[in-house]
Amino acid sequence: MYAFEFVKPATIAEAVKALADEDAQALGGGQTLIPTLKQRLASPSALVSLNGIADLKGVAVEGRELRIGGGTTHATVAREARTYPALAALAGHIGDPAVRNRGTIGGSLANNDPSADYPAAALASGATIVTNAREIAADDYFQGMFTTALEPGEIITAVRFPIPQKANYQKFAQPASRFALVGVFVAKFADGVRVAVTGASESGVFRWSEAEAALGGNFSADAVKGLKADADGMIGDLHGTPEYRAHLIGVLTARAVAAAA
Amino acid sequence: MPKVSLKVNGRAVSRDVEGRTLLVELLRDGLGLTGTHVGCDTSQCGACVVHVDGVALKSCTVFASDIDGAEVRTIEGMANPDGSLGVIQAAFQDNHGLQCGFCTPGMVMSAAALLTENPNPSEAEIRAYLEGNICRCTGYHNIVKSIQAAAAQMSARPVAAE
Amino acid sequence: MPKDSGIGAPTKRREDVRFLTGKGRYTDDLNRPGQAYVHFLRSDVAHGRITKLDTSAAEGMPGVLKVFTAADFAAVGGVPCGWLVTDRFGQPMKEPKHPVLAEGKVRHVGDPVAAVVAETLAQARDAAEAIELDIEELPAVVDMRLALDTESALVHDDAGTNLCFDWGFIEDNAAAVDAAIKAAPHVVTLDLVNNRLVPNAMEPRAALGEYDAADDQHTLYTTSQNPHVIRLLMGAFVLGIPEQRLRVVAPDVGGGFGSKIYHYAEEAFVTFAAKALGRPVKWTCTRSEAFISDAHGRDHVTKIELALDNDGRFLALRTDTLANMGAYLSTFAPCIPTYLHGTLMAGNYATPLIYVRVRAVFTNTVAVDAYRGAGRPEATYQIERVIDKAARELGIDPVEIRRRNFIKPDQFPYQTPVAVLYDTGNYHDLMDVMERISDRAGFPARRKESEARGKLRGFGVAAYIEACGIAPSSLVGALGARAGLYESATVRVNPTGGVSVFTGSHSHGQGHETTFAQVVSDMLGIDAAQVDIVHGDTARVPFGMGTYGSRSLAVGGSAIVKSVEKIVAKAKKIAAHLMEASPTDIEFKDGRFSVAGTDKSVAWTDVTLAAYVPHKYPIEELEPGLEETSFYDPANFTYPAGAYACEVEVDPETGKVDVLAFAAADDFGNVVNPTIVEGQVHGGLAQGIGQALLEACAYDETGQIRSGSYMDYAMPRADDLPSYKVDNSCVTPCTHNPLGVKGCGEAGAIGSPPTFVNAVLDALNSGGHEVAHIDMPLSPSRVWAAINGGNA
Repeated sequence: MYAFEFVKPATIAEAVKALADEDAQALGGGQTLIPTLKQRLASPSALVSLNGIADLKGVAVEGRELRIGGGTTHATVAREARTYPALAALAGHIGDPAVRNRGTIGGSLANNDPSADYPAAALASGATIVTNAREIAADDYFQGMFTTALEPGEIITAVRFPIPQKANYQKFAQPASRFALVGVFVAKFADGVRVAVTGASESGVFRWSEAEAALGGNFSADAVKGLKADADGMIGDLHGTPEYRAHLIGVLTARAVAAAA
Repeated sequence: MPKVSLKVNGRAVSRDVEGRTLLVELLRDGLGLTGTHVGCDTSQCGACVVHVDGVALKSCTVFASDIDGAEVRTIEGMANPDGSLGVIQAAFQDNHGLQCGFCTPGMVMSAAALLTENPNPSEAEIRAYLEGNICRCTGYHNIVKSIQAAAAQMSARPVAAE
Repeated sequence: MPKDSGIGAPTKRREDVRFLTGKGRYTDDLNRPGQAYVHFLRSDVAHGRITKLDTSAAEGMPGVLKVFTAADFAAVGGVPCGWLVTDRFGQPMKEPKHPVLAEGKVRHVGDPVAAVVAETLAQARDAAEAIELDIEELPAVVDMRLALDTESALVHDDAGTNLCFDWGFIEDNAAAVDAAIKAAPHVVTLDLVNNRLVPNAMEPRAALGEYDAADDQHTLYTTSQNPHVIRLLMGAFVLGIPEQRLRVVAPDVGGGFGSKIYHYAEEAFVTFAAKALGRPVKWTCTRSEAFISDAHGRDHVTKIELALDNDGRFLALRTDTLANMGAYLSTFAPCIPTYLHGTLMAGNYATPLIYVRVRAVFTNTVAVDAYRGAGRPEATYQIERVIDKAARELGIDPVEIRRRNFIKPDQFPYQTPVAVLYDTGNYHDLMDVMERISDRAGFPARRKESEARGKLRGFGVAAYIEACGIAPSSLVGALGARAGLYESATVRVNPTGGVSVFTGSHSHGQGHETTFAQVVSDMLGIDAAQVDIVHGDTARVPFGMGTYGSRSLAVGGSAIVKSVEKIVAKAKKIAAHLMEASPTDIEFKDGRFSVAGTDKSVAWTDVTLAAYVPHKYPIEELEPGLEETSFYDPANFTYPAGAYACEVEVDPETGKVDVLAFAAADDFGNVVNPTIVEGQVHGGLAQGIGQALLEACAYDETGQIRSGSYMDYAMPRADDLPSYKVDNSCVTPCTHNPLGVKGCGEAGAIGSPPTFVNAVLDALNSGGHEVAHIDMPLSPSRVWAAINGGNA
């Protein structure tokens, strides 16, 4: 990788300051960023590690919401997000154990890989992305693959998840990377059902509104039986055609509904 | 160059490193601990797994500077104080859980982390936990057997039974 | 005999202790004083003409010692091919030059164009970015089926064609096979692809060159399965260094599976550059680089036809294969689809007429060469797939149709119509064991249970035979090999009785240090701990042909046996002298020499000491010392065989296949260390299931690799695989080597792909899906597409 200055601030304010340099880049767990740097696909002047900031870590219940610090590892979420079992289960299946010990929720959401798991949870939960500067609704946050509403230098300090009545995440793993070939997160709230799909679309994570409508009145697998996602705009690669991915969306949505707890 | 201080296998060490120096590079090139291996560049094979402050990490995907002050344990630190093979190491030898030996250090470190989290894992739990450790030689059969044997032996120890 | 360490004992591996404590010594663990690092600038296009290569800016970068290009290698040879295939018309294959660094043209993504040597690796990489390289891109030759069209671009312009050779085997049988197929009541035809694989030994390749000007000595440390072969190929053909000036050391090697047999350009480069710069030069491959520089495996496109009579008896078999050579001929490449493939097309069956045609094709892809099994998996896959299809079409049980056509135990030795002579075997017994350990009888109940959960369960079987213990030199020489395939061993008995065995075989995970010591310990009646195995260093081991083709015990072990026999013969003479008896009266047992019919005896160490302290010694008849060297050249291949069963469950909604069980019954002849043998089978099964379920090396139409890392190349993980049931109780010892052993390294990878595919098709057809074939890997998307007649 290219040379860079390594900076490890202890507070959010220091981090924000260090990131003011336009060629500086934030480093979360680094589980995606470091392989990218090894390929010399990025050349930051400085890497600003967020791993020394205590304020970014932790899982806490706040009213009807679960607040997760942006620097909280997947392993911690898997262990501690007990009030939101579907989210804990999702976190427990990201990457592998060693990756989960290092990778963070903030890093994942900031990167917004089209096959990552957390974006599905955040979008289906109607989460709020909290940054050093503002709060962003998940519906406004995800803006296409690897693209988010974050401004340069903006840091995700926390994510607030409303806790649904029932939820479940079904991930169908791509056989090589083990990222989601398709992942569907279904969350049932008192005022409706949200369904978010990752891995499938060329536009990144998205809400499957037809399924949400069908499930709104009848939260059962039968309600989405026969419902087909549109293959148009789906990813086609070595591991599956757009048609296959579209098909999996239907299958996984029904399974998520059936398994929701 | 910034200085990084670590405790590696119980020994305090301090080295000047570049910002881009990975933990695995510090271990192998800086400290001569070549038991930790590099088998891929996409953080998947797990040949580089070590313990940092008690948890398993991929040392090829952590900057040395980012863990300044940490305690690191590598395969070189897994034997008993008298130099004999530790329980997990011995179980791998007893059950032919290795062939070429290249993935083995990472396997042993992951196995140790698993047995700390879950002292009595099922076969399925062992297989799932090894998702981030690729072996090309053994077909995993004897690795699973080795970890089961180590678990049985560790739980039979009086200290664990208390 | 030491019971815990002799032949047949499940001895724990001695090498494990260093591997388990981080003390293994792999090539990248070595560093030499003053070492510099090389980074190769590799082509990022598949095919093109180099129009500009300016290294001046790079030369001036910090830390750079030199930037090498093809011009620096004008006076040295190309990377050679070790096998010459002669085509159907008696013409030699096309053998284009394989330069160390690309000359004028690049021919695959990854083809090295320049090499930067610098004080640090980072500096070398930085400087490589400053090289000005322009490549005029040419149309890439990727699809073998299009490569032979007259309008196709040419990988090698001077060859005038992309056809390396058009081979027929046995050409004289072609007409009779054609007539039999035309006359047969049933002909079952199958088009199939044997998918391209990347070997992916977990240790990436590495090479470290060093030069000592004081005595003009070159040393190459490299990740090799056969250091002597590298010394021969690189010394004689590339760099012109005589053997006595070139030492090749392969320390601990982290897996190979074939990919570390070959002599690679990077090895020649570091050896050359070390002398040019007067500095040790080190190269360590990254995994991404391995995907575009290690030789790949398989990659055949085949049409197979099987003619049967009304009872399902095989009348004739014909196959027509396109075999990908990649852009350059790797060391063994031409031999794989020919003599390691065509000769196996009889399988375990008494098919009277067989004809094999193979056209080898150049493409703008990485070179293709042997990968675990090498030619034999390709043969087995075709045979066992077409038999399964025939069974379904003729309504015969898949086990029954195989039994009906097996070579019977009383037919051995059996001369096949494809040149090889099987010495021994019992395929019916193997089938019996397979049926028992797989609980085939209980399958229908298990299928019902799966169906109740909405899943499709399938049971697949296959039989295999392989020819290994490679190979009789006179035979392979007649077939085009440019080397002999014997093995050497020196056994040195030290004065105090300890033994050093120097073997030309080289373990890269197989446990030779343990197994070979067991053999010697058993023969000498001494503790295995007194026997050291030395390998992997041309300066220590007299000669060697290395480890591949399941040959180490059958050939290398036999050489050791011969040397130990010579040691014992000489030791008996010394013992006779010590006891004033006739050598013919000396008996040697459990490490003691005794005079028959008396109570006189001397110990092993009495004799070994006398050999080196010859005070009382038959000096007129016998030289002092106790050291013997043997070269063993096998009389025939060995023929391990097996019967395998696989049970799978398919999720018809997603196409995902779970491997529930795998049973392998193998006949490896005699077994020295059953634990190690089982481990070899496990690993082979995982690689074979990996090929059939997960792995695919894919290129796009421009020759860009689509599966260039573990993000897209699906390596088998622990949770993809079941625990295996392995049985080695069927034993028909090899008739022509002293240990009666056959070899076990490749078996699992040969037998498992068709077994798995047959199981999946059994599952799909049970669910009412009429699917005749799916090409490997049977990924979820492909299986789903096959079920739905759609697009994967």
